[in-house]
Amino acid sequence: MSEVALKEVATRRGSTAWLRAAAPWTLAILVILVLPHLLTTSFDRTLLIEMGIAIIFAAAYNMLLGETGMLSFGHAIYFGLGGYTAIHVLRFIAAGLLFPVALLPLVGGIGGLFFGLLFGYLSTRRAGTAFAMITLGLMELVVALALIFDHLFGGEEGISGNRTSGPELFGIRFGSQTQVYYLIAVWMLASLALMRAFTRTPVGRLCNAVRDNPERVQFLGYDPSRIRLIAFAVSSFFAGVAGGLFAVNYELMAINSLGAERSALVLLMAYIGGIGSFLGPILGAVLVTFLQVALSDYTQAWLLYLGLFFVLVTLFAPNGLIGLVLMHGPIARAGLLHRLVAPYAMALIPVLLLAAGTIALVEINYRLAIRPELGAAMKLFGVSFDAKGAAAWIASLLLVGLGFWGLRLIGPRVSARWGEMLEEARA
Amino acid sequence: MELVVFSLLNGVLYGLLLFMLSSGLTLIFSMMGVLNFAHASLFMLGAYLAYQIGRYTGFWPGLVLAPLIVGLLGAAIERWGLRTVHRFGHVAELLFTFGLALLIEELVQLVWGRAPVPYTVPPSLDFAAFTLFGTTYPAYKVFMVLVSVGMFALLGLVLTKTRVGLIIQAALSHPDMVAALGHNVPRVFMLVFGVGSALAGLAGVIGGFALVTSPSMAHTLGPIVFVVIVVGGLGSLTGAFVASLLIGIVQTFAVAIDVSLIDLLARFGVTVARADIFYDLWKIKLAQLAPVLPYLLLVLMLVLRPRGLMGTRET
Repeated sequence: MSEVALKEVATRRGSTAWLRAAAPWTLAILVILVLPHLLTTSFDRTLLIEMGIAIIFAAAYNMLLGETGMLSFGHAIYFGLGGYTAIHVLRFIAAGLLFPVALLPLVGGIGGLFFGLLFGYLSTRRAGTAFAMITLGLMELVVALALIFDHLFGGEEGISGNRTSGPELFGIRFGSQTQVYYLIAVWMLASLALMRAFTRTPVGRLCNAVRDNPERVQFLGYDPSRIRLIAFAVSSFFAGVAGGLFAVNYELMAINSLGAERSALVLLMAYIGGIGSFLGPILGAVLVTFLQVALSDYTQAWLLYLGLFFVLVTLFAPNGLIGLVLMHGPIARAGLLHRLVAPYAMALIPVLLLAAGTIALVEINYRLAIRPELGAAMKLFGVSFDAKGAAAWIASLLLVGLGFWGLRLIGPRVSARWGEMLEEARA
Repeated sequence: MELVVFSLLNGVLYGLLLFMLSSGLTLIFSMMGVLNFAHASLFMLGAYLAYQIGRYTGFWPGLVLAPLIVGLLGAAIERWGLRTVHRFGHVAELLFTFGLALLIEELVQLVWGRAPVPYTVPPSLDFAAFTLFGTTYPAYKVFMVLVSVGMFALLGLVLTKTRVGLIIQAALSHPDMVAALGHNVPRVFMLVFGVGSALAGLAGVIGGFALVTSPSMAHTLGPIVFVVIVVGGLGSLTGAFVASLLIGIVQTFAVAIDVSLIDLLARFGVTVARADIFYDLWKIKLAQLAPVLPYLLLVLMLVLRPRGLMGTRET
């Protein structure tokens, strides 16, 4: 091939690579623009806004857990402290400070960064299990101190502000939920792009190296604890951005925004989605937020279901849901996916039986233990029964038993089938 | 003087309770490299089970049965849970136990409700053991000390003097060699996990009536136990012992001393205005600060000696 032709191939390849990189972002922008026209109720909008904030937070968390291999049990303190910084600046704005409300998430990010550097300096001296325990201790410390400093944190009621009090910029005052939605969308896209870019920098690559083999990194002349601190600071910054958006949306920060529950939720989001890929935590954030909002309307036990689901993921799908999808990549490319439909449909039967039995047991117990005032007569899956009667118990135990037995019978065969397909796809 | 003696007694008692939890945790950690996040949840389960069994049979059978059940549950968790997750690495193991902790907390609410249960001191222990400075000291606290000390003595004897104990010690440092000698190392792991869990259960049985038996008790005590083992140095039993007593005594003293900086300044004739920005800081009473002290100790330890009191150096 002549040199000119080679160059042409190179540019053509370059342009497709560029296209391929831009495609997901274009798709994301399209989805963001279309969604508010499809989902118009206030409930839907709130859900979308919650998802946007959760996506930033989960992606930020994954900078730590997925990229650098640091497990934090208390990352909500950077979310919360960032949010508190933003809400205090919002109060200054109301008092006359000239600062655009649209930039408040940046203030939140700086707040998160500041505390991330402060606590990160202490905690990143250790790695692994000790680091995880230290993050837990620091979270308890911050929560306990926040309860003591009433003036700054407002105790249980929290600190409130007013986002419409700021100077008007291009006619936007953030009076409507739609304007907040677009503000969050812009910040989400920018944060995701920046985080994605960070993982491609040499520092981002070093983070991966520290995760995989810290000793080797040390031999290369880098200080692993320094790199851990950098990753921690970056992650805290974006957690703070998410907190700032939370403050703008709710115009209120309370102590529960920096406590154990939010820390646990973000961990669950990232891990259930899959910490091995950039898309995983985003998927997890969307799914868990949806479950949180949708399930909590139907059942009091949603946290139990979420916990159960999480334990199952740790046991059987360590790469998260995205890992399960990626597992089928080679098979789909070889055009063999349709041959897995039948075995998967077979496996679905015991899974559904097991799920139905478990849900029945949990709901019956919840009714009896937590809401006894509603009486023993209840309805589930369209069946009315007496929660105190033996029939309901026997039926649900039978369902669980049947499902479990069926899964033990079918499960190994299905996974063997998947293995065969993978072999065939590779051949 | 009275304050000092009683605070010391209560502090040692609290420290022993902490050590009952942290010793099992440390034993499991140094053997398998797994930090069992659900350890405090097993402690809670011990308290609830003792309460439930006690309703049918009275306190004493519960003292034996509850730790036994919790121990069996722990062994089951190791056998069917941790062993599966083990191949995915330590982070997955820690996350698995974290999920278990969430699950146990929810399940406890499912069975016993969200409010605390009335698990009280059994009548056979509800009398004054001795009188000191005109104040009586309850018998159940003496009983708690006796149980924990007796259990440590037993555990120490088993670990150092019996054949099983020697195999456990050997499997701690050289699991491959022990396996090559024909011992079933996974079963040893299961045993240790079970015994560690039973220890947590026992701590729950005797701690349940001294503290409040509610679904949040795991969440209140758990982080403190984790602080204990980090401050003591991960994997060091002696370190865990020293840190347990230290935190127990410091916290108990702080609760007993009801002084704030304002009171201290007032002694020197300085008064602080309410409008002062730092008023919140000045008005904090030492007793108010008591729950924070373990965590402050953690921060202090990280600044001065990151590897903990008796920990070995690591990355």
